[in-house]
Amino acid sequence: MEQAKFKVHRGEGSQGQDVDYTVPIEEGMVVLDAMHYIQKTASPDLAVRWNCKAAKCGSCSAEVNGKPRLMCKTRLDDFNLSEPITVRPMKSFPVIKDLACDVKWNYEVNKKIKPFTPKDDTDWIMYQRDVDRVQEFRKCIECFACQNVCHVLRDHNLKPKFAGPRFFVRVAGLEMHPLDGENRLEELRNDMGIGFCNITKCCTEVCPEDIHITDNAIIPMKERVVDKYYDPLKMLLRSLFGKK
Amino acid sequence: MNIQDRFEVHEHDVLVIGAGGAGLRAAIEASSQGAKVALICKSLLGKAHTVMAEGGVAAALANVDKDDDWKTHFKDTMFGGKYVNNYRMAELHAKEAPERVLELEKWGAVFDRTKEGKIIQRAFGGHKYKRLSHVGDRTGLEMIRTLQDKGVHMGIDVFMECTITKLLKDGDKIAGAFGYWRENGKFVVFKGKAVVLATGGIGKMYKVTSNSWEYTADGQILAYHAGAELLDTEFVQFHPTGMVWPPGVIGILVTEAVRGEGGLLTNNKGERFMEKYDPERMELSTRDVVARAIYTENKEGRGTPHGGAFLDISHRGADYVKKKLPSMYHQFKELADVDITKEPMEVGPTGHYTMGGVRVNADTAMTCVPGLYAAGEVAAGLHGANRLGGNSLSDLLVFGRRAGLYASEYAKKNSGSVNINENDILTAEKEMISYFENASGENPYSVHIDLQELMQNNVGIFRIEEDLLKAIDGLQKLTTRAKKVKIEGSRMYNPGWHMAYDLGNMMIYAEAIARCALQRKESRGAHTRLDFPNPKLEDAKWNSIVKKGGNGEMIVDRVKSIDMPSDMKKILEETEKEKMSKYTNALSGGVTV
Ligand SMILES: Cc1cc2nc3c(=O)[nH]c(=O)nc-3n(C[C@H](O)[C@H](O)[C@H](O)COP(=O)(O)OP(=O)(O)OC[C@H]3O[C@@H](n4cnc5c(N)ncnc54)[C@H](O)[C@@H]3O)c2cc1C
Ligand code: SF4
Ligand code: SF4
Ligand code: FES
Repeated sequence: MEQAKFKVHRGEGSQGQDVDYTVPIEEGMVVLDAMHYIQKTASPDLAVRWNCKAAKCGSCSAEVNGKPRLMCKTRLDDFNLSEPITVRPMKSFPVIKDLACDVKWNYEVNKKIKPFTPKDDTDWIMYQRDVDRVQEFRKCIECFACQNVCHVLRDHNLKPKFAGPRFFVRVAGLEMHPLDGENRLEELRNDMGIGFCNITKCCTEVCPEDIHITDNAIIPMKERVVDKYYDPLKMLLRSLFGKK
Repeated sequence: MNIQDRFEVHEHDVLVIGAGGAGLRAAIEASSQGAKVALICKSLLGKAHTVMAEGGVAAALANVDKDDDWKTHFKDTMFGGKYVNNYRMAELHAKEAPERVLELEKWGAVFDRTKEGKIIQRAFGGHKYKRLSHVGDRTGLEMIRTLQDKGVHMGIDVFMECTITKLLKDGDKIAGAFGYWRENGKFVVFKGKAVVLATGGIGKMYKVTSNSWEYTADGQILAYHAGAELLDTEFVQFHPTGMVWPPGVIGILVTEAVRGEGGLLTNNKGERFMEKYDPERMELSTRDVVARAIYTENKEGRGTPHGGAFLDISHRGADYVKKKLPSMYHQFKELADVDITKEPMEVGPTGHYTMGGVRVNADTAMTCVPGLYAAGEVAAGLHGANRLGGNSLSDLLVFGRRAGLYASEYAKKNSGSVNINENDILTAEKEMISYFENASGENPYSVHIDLQELMQNNVGIFRIEEDLLKAIDGLQKLTTRAKKVKIEGSRMYNPGWHMAYDLGNMMIYAEAIARCALQRKESRGAHTRLDFPNPKLEDAKWNSIVKKGGNGEMIVDRVKSIDMPSDMKKILEETEKEKMSKYTNALSGGVTV
């Protein structure tokens, strides 16, 4: 039977090293299948998160050969199997054990975002064309791959000053909701540090949901912030003529 | 001993165990009633099964088909469940679902729209009208995110990656829960005046399943040990369309929305075989019927290369398919190299949902244990012998809210502080640590694999006495093996250790399924007995119950189904006497058991 070699990060906290495993290959196999094979045979204590196995829950993010991926949708036949495949936890978050890392910080950021607040006396009529762009943002499965690759977090560790792309997507989904009456621009600028983003687009490249994070969420949000703080007239016009 | 010194202890009015749709909705309700609420879940927040739901949430909004109303939804649910449903739950569900869905919109959910700008609805099996509100094929994600974001702004205390292993009692009443942090294996005690179970299902005991690692019957068995009753455990839903290839994705769900949007099922001869099984509703028949049909086609040699049926949606055009079924498109493209806008999928039955579960009061969601509530998939009654697609997401909202409401009221009434028996805590701790005591033994996953094999082969879609007895016998042997597994590593984030505990829950619930399946000597809904292939009228009058006996033995019994008042009977009989007569006469005459 054909086999694949893996180097899987094992260890608790900041301690850890790559451990070699060999896994027999089945047709259509994904990296997560290989991790499960390892649990069922050599190492039942291998820590790895997963739930849906179909790219719907965002639990199984890891760095496969250095690239952030959902393990459940990363096929082995995408790799040159004469070389071992490395599987490591996301680098921008503290490791708990093996492939599981501590992503709680993201939940703290989310809590601070002002919730959806409907405009007064809305009739709840919304047309599909008006919700299409919001629905793009609402596809986010919170895999945190974008948070993981963004250099502002990865290399400069600007938590908590910088909220990260996932949460710009979230705010964009609220700000562009046709019936939302809240304003989150001040938080975007101050607490969430959208100004630190220099539009490298690395986040967009890794998003498994194909959300155009930079073009559709971050840039329009930056523009609104600029309008508000540096071009009050534009902001006024926007708010008079259907801002959202 | 002072438990505070030994353990991390938290105290709340209401503990909600489980953070899927049901748990979140319960927590939101309890919190809005002023209760101090803890929300506890095994995974990270937002990763519960609810996030995976695809096709939609059923509610008679009548946005698309103007003739729809709660009565029709009620009738469809009862007919789908083959009349062993708790009629009162079906009534409340049909009446309240529309309001619950509209409420989500007010909390920020963005459903797909009709031309008039209202929430759109699609067709689904067993629903007379277009009734499922949806967002493409990621409805669950929209729902859970909306509830999550509502909940985190209400001051609910969230405990993620924390597994509850025991419910704690103060005499007869509920008093709290005991569990461990997955991250570090440390133990934690939650004191609570009321507890809501919202832990979901049981599917992980089957080899082919759409369910995740979380579905190990935890809530059902926590309740069982705490003295609550289980109901209708023989009814397990096999969804007709799971993936059948490649091996790693076998069982992963293919949403019924594919058929709702016009998908056609054919066999290897190119025949639309549903003509034989349900000529009236064809592909949109109920799940029990379609699952049996696909299974039968295969048994009789008309299956597809990988043992399923063909499901084709390509005639709807690539743009439409990508807009309405985007995640199915990606799922097949990326995992199976199939472009569903051009070629058919291959699909077959997969273990999906449990209609059975914890027995509750229809109105309050309380079990027979004072202060213990259950809602969502873990609770039983609404769906009877077979659930209609879309009726689960609405179930979560309607009964999640009710459970939260009544739990917070209960907590208010019982406002004194709760006493927890220290010995119970020490026993719970000992049980969890005991798994580390075996110096040698097999990998817990090996026992799990054999359990899945046993259940798949003997307690699956088609059942027969001999197999059921074999399963019960096999479960005893597996239980012995499970006690001797060896745990590698430490208590830090250790899935092998977690599995060792989960095995116990799965095994008890598996036995409850097999024993109730043995007891029901007829075929009804999802329960098909090859040795008793037809429904029997007298068997529409009772439900199975399971409880734990004084010596730890499993007691299996029947209870008379709850009586339906005449106005509700009338609604059912108005149009459906003929359809009904095959399954029940309990509605027309004065019935006694
Ligand atoms: C792939 C798929 C698609 C589906 N599509 C649809 C659909 O389109 N429409 C529909 O109506 N239904 C659908 N269903 C069914 C529906 O999604 C589920 O029945 C429903 O989401 C269950 O919700 P719940 O709140 O009861 O449980 P879940 O959402 O599963 O949540 C259970 C929670 O309990 C927690 N938990 C479990 N055990 C413990 C423990 N011991 N300690 C602490 N926490 C615990 C888990 O961590 C989780 O947070 C689908 C199901 C699947 C699998
Ligand atoms: S575009 Fe901005 S948010 Fe995205 S990775 Fe680059 S710096 Fe980070
Ligand atoms: S925006 Fe994309 S990459 Fe970022 S968390 Fe969401 S799904 Fe993942
Ligand atoms: S397991 Fe859900 S995204 Fe991979």
